[in-house]
Amino acid sequence: MDLVTVIFWIIAVILVGSALLVVTQRNIVHSALALVIVFAMAAGIYLLLNAEFIAIVQILIYAGAVTILILFALMLTRTSNIQLNSNPINRQWWLAVIVSTFVGAIIVYAAAVSPHAVADVSNGSGQLPAGISNVARIGQLLYSPTTYSYVLPFEIASVVLLVAIVGAIVIGRED
Amino acid sequence: MGLSLNHYLVLGAVLFCIGLYGALAKRNGVAVLMGIEIMLNAVNITMVAFSFYNKVPPYATYFTCQIFAIFIITVAAAEVAVALAMIIAIYRKRSSVDVGEIDFMKW
Repeated sequence: MDLVTVIFWIIAVILVGSALLVVTQRNIVHSALALVIVFAMAAGIYLLLNAEFIAIVQILIYAGAVTILILFALMLTRTSNIQLNSNPINRQWWLAVIVSTFVGAIIVYAAAVSPHAVADVSNGSGQLPAGISNVARIGQLLYSPTTYSYVLPFEIASVVLLVAIVGAIVIGRED
Repeated sequence: MGLSLNHYLVLGAVLFCIGLYGALAKRNGVAVLMGIEIMLNAVNITMVAFSFYNKVPPYATYFTCQIFAIFIITVAAAEVAVALAMIIAIYRKRSSVDVGEIDFMKW
């Protein structure tokens, strides 16, 4: 096994283990802290896949902003017994186990039997023009109005964020 | 034994299942949101893996999957902000974040 494979398996085991911790912890603050590890390990997976920009964005937005937001929401919505059982499961949890196992089996089956249009083995070459890094390429694709780019979806995403900010303020304010 | 696309797809599928279980089985509204975040991350891993293994010219240089992952992150951030505002507003009204007790839109 080469180094990349070893690193992949280490990251994958930590990722799945901490994701299981998120859904099984009785104390919801511990769940939120395990969520930070999930996001950081996902950033490691992105680094293995030569996606440096998404790895950095993952650390900044998910591990930084989203978990802090979730912790603030937990602080503002204190339940009475946070130590004992602040993260309870409902009565239909066995149904949730069946449904999620079923969905996962279907996804794995579909991934196994469907022919891939992409290569099965890759060293990451063939994606970048010579002399351009991943971050520079994504910058070209997002901002450049002359070549092939995603300028219009990018602008629409900014409108989505603006609406979300206004909506969060309107919904969350005291009245 | 090197890594292939299927390794990443199965990892994404496992993570998606764990997130789905969390979103379906939890009673705390914030925990449901955490499950949804894990599901979105699983989809992002799948997207970036497809981008890495795509070698079809010229589409491989367009990075569609990575751009898609960036937009997923954007929309997920917006969704978390709005959903947490809703949870806090409901907590002010009901003093509870149990999604089983939130039924004021029930007919």
